[in-house]
Amino acid sequence: MTAAIGEFFRMGGYGIYVWPAFAFAALVLAGMGWRVTARLQASESALGRMQGRTGKGHS
Amino acid sequence: MVNILANPARFLRLAGAVLPWCWAVAAVSGGIGLWLALFVSPADYQQGDSVRIMYIHVPAAWMALGAYMLVAAFSAVALVWKHPLAHIVAASAVPLGAGFTAICLVTGMLWGKTSWGTWWVWDARLTSVLVLFFLYLGLIALRSAFDDSERGNRAAALLALVGFVNIPIIKFSVDWWATLHQPASVLRVGGPAIHPSMLWPLLAMAAAFMAYFAALLLLSVRAEIAGRKLQALLIAAGRDEQGTPAELRGQAR
Repeated sequence: MTAAIGEFFRMGGYGIYVWPAFAFAALVLAGMGWRVTARLQASESALGRMQGRTGKGHS
Repeated sequence: MVNILANPARFLRLAGAVLPWCWAVAAVSGGIGLWLALFVSPADYQQGDSVRIMYIHVPAAWMALGAYMLVAAFSAVALVWKHPLAHIVAASAVPLGAGFTAICLVTGMLWGKTSWGTWWVWDARLTSVLVLFFLYLGLIALRSAFDDSERGNRAAALLALVGFVNIPIIKFSVDWWATLHQPASVLRVGGPAIHPSMLWPLLAMAAAFMAYFAALLLLSVRAEIAGRKLQALLIAAGRDEQGTPAELRGQAR
């Protein structure tokens, strides 16, 4: 069982190329998601506070 | 003012309806794609298991090109019809396209090291994709280089249209020049020259990347619309001499 798992991660000797490729893709995809959601939260919460303060511009 | 917000309101409603489907497609086809790519699809008879890099490299390359075509199309719409939402969509797609291009380049280097024995060659395909990456970075820099956001938008839209000439160069570089990079094996005349056991994981991953891109694009456009509304409110508040709280002014950009 552990041998099979080890073989899977070894990828026939190509593991040192295959896994960094998948890891880099996952990192970039997650980073893009984090950046977009952080910006969305910042702008929507600021807008909400502003609308609450001035009492206008409700959508 | 009404004109600016009228269409975005319709957009926000539409985005709210489409967004859950984007997440669902991204999660389901991403799960299926990873499972097929890592466990089901066979190792290549020449490249062994290193061929599995293809299942992220190729979809990322398609997204890099697709995102740029979207940027160019919306830039054209923005320049010709002065549609306010078009600049926002183009600006939102640029960093996402840059991300997919980075994935394409880095996974390609790792794959190149195993199959060609080198991280990088200055052949036409690799060079033109690197140019695409710098174009994306240039679009980000150019848009933010102007104090007047309208001028920044126009300059970036013009650069996006000029840079479009690079897209057919990337696509056909493998046919026009003798490249180390192999020619197309999926999007080619005469149909895909790739076995279904490798084509399906590729298509599943491509669907997942596309859905994820669409979801992030919608969220990013939503963030930008909220930012512009906030800016409009701040300007209106300033005009009413109510005074603008400093912490809100800082978040207006």
